[in-house]
Amino acid sequence: MSALGELAPYGLLILVGVLPNEAWRLLGVVLARGLDEDSQIIVLARATATAILTGVVGKLVVFAPGALASVPLSVRIGAAALGLAAYGLARRSVLAGVIVATLAMMAGMLVLGGI
Amino acid sequence: MPSGRSASATPALPYGSGFLGGLRSGATSIYMVVVVGSYISIGALGHDLGFPLAWTVLTTLLVWAAPAQVILISALGAGAAPLEVALAVGLSGMRLLPMVVALLPLVKTPQTRTRDVLVTGHFTAISMWIEALRLLPRVPREARVGFANGLGTYLMGAATAATIAGYHLAQTLPRLLVAGLLFLSPMSFLMSVVRNARITADWVALVAGLVLAPLLAWRGVGLDLMWTGIVGGILAYAAQRLRETCRAKRTGR
Repeated sequence: MSALGELAPYGLLILVGVLPNEAWRLLGVVLARGLDEDSQIIVLARATATAILTGVVGKLVVFAPGALASVPLSVRIGAAALGLAAYGLARRSVLAGVIVATLAMMAGMLVLGGI
Repeated sequence: MPSGRSASATPALPYGSGFLGGLRSGATSIYMVVVVGSYISIGALGHDLGFPLAWTVLTTLLVWAAPAQVILISALGAGAAPLEVALAVGLSGMRLLPMVVALLPLVKTPQTRTRDVLVTGHFTAISMWIEALRLLPRVPREARVGFANGLGTYLMGAATAATIAGYHLAQTLPRLLVAGLLFLSPMSFLMSVVRNARITADWVALVAGLVLAPLLAWRGVGLDLMWTGIVGGILAYAAQRLRETCRAKRTGR
């Protein structure tokens, strides 16, 4: 009984964590059959995925989770803008952009409280 | 100006292609930092909500999608109903569908069987997808499945190590650092999408997503990310077609 009790979280992981997530990947594998790189569906799929991706970014910045929530919204948006500026100034360096944005957010958090 | 799709114009990767090349490009990717940072916070979350280490690590290996893992761990940890958790995880995983559909045709050859790309499909997550789309045009087509799997293997390996580290570090991480780690992934997604944008559709989708999702969430519209994808995707696609039609007319005259 107790062995079963210890295994229960793993069963739950498969049922409510893995299956509902992996199903989308499998569906994608099936739908991608027979499509070639230049098909119009790919342009649409890529645009859809990009919009959802930046949507995730927008939501994470505006409705920040956990420890980020204590930082004012203006700091989060300002830090992101600074990061984009650094990315451009450093000749399209993603690393520079990410570092500047993150440090700017942490600096804002230190100065304006939230720790 | 050519359409920018000429793969032959870009230099070959310095460290070869195939599985090993994928591993190496994973090791040198900026996403190493991002994945490690995000998964430290996921490991810490699993620890704080009382899940076993093995269980927390399995979420990384089997779910392999940070937002879904955060939902799964925090919702189960808070005692939410399993069906509710499954629904929330399923909704967050929806983005994987267009990502897989956009990625797989890039790695396949006419000889590739569906089962050969099942692993590549499982490795598809935001970090791997962005890096694969950026690097694959520089990899010979026949080596691309191996390359993508190598990239996925390295990132997932790093994520697994970070999950374990985060689990053990949970009680010692200062709040400022946790906030910094949480900020890494959205910022790297943002910079990478900006860098990878080539055609009109990319730019329109990028801006539409940034604006639409917070707006819909703020207005309390359900399934905000799904609507963002559908509306943003169609807008971007339409803008692309419009642009191509205009260009065709101009050159046709």
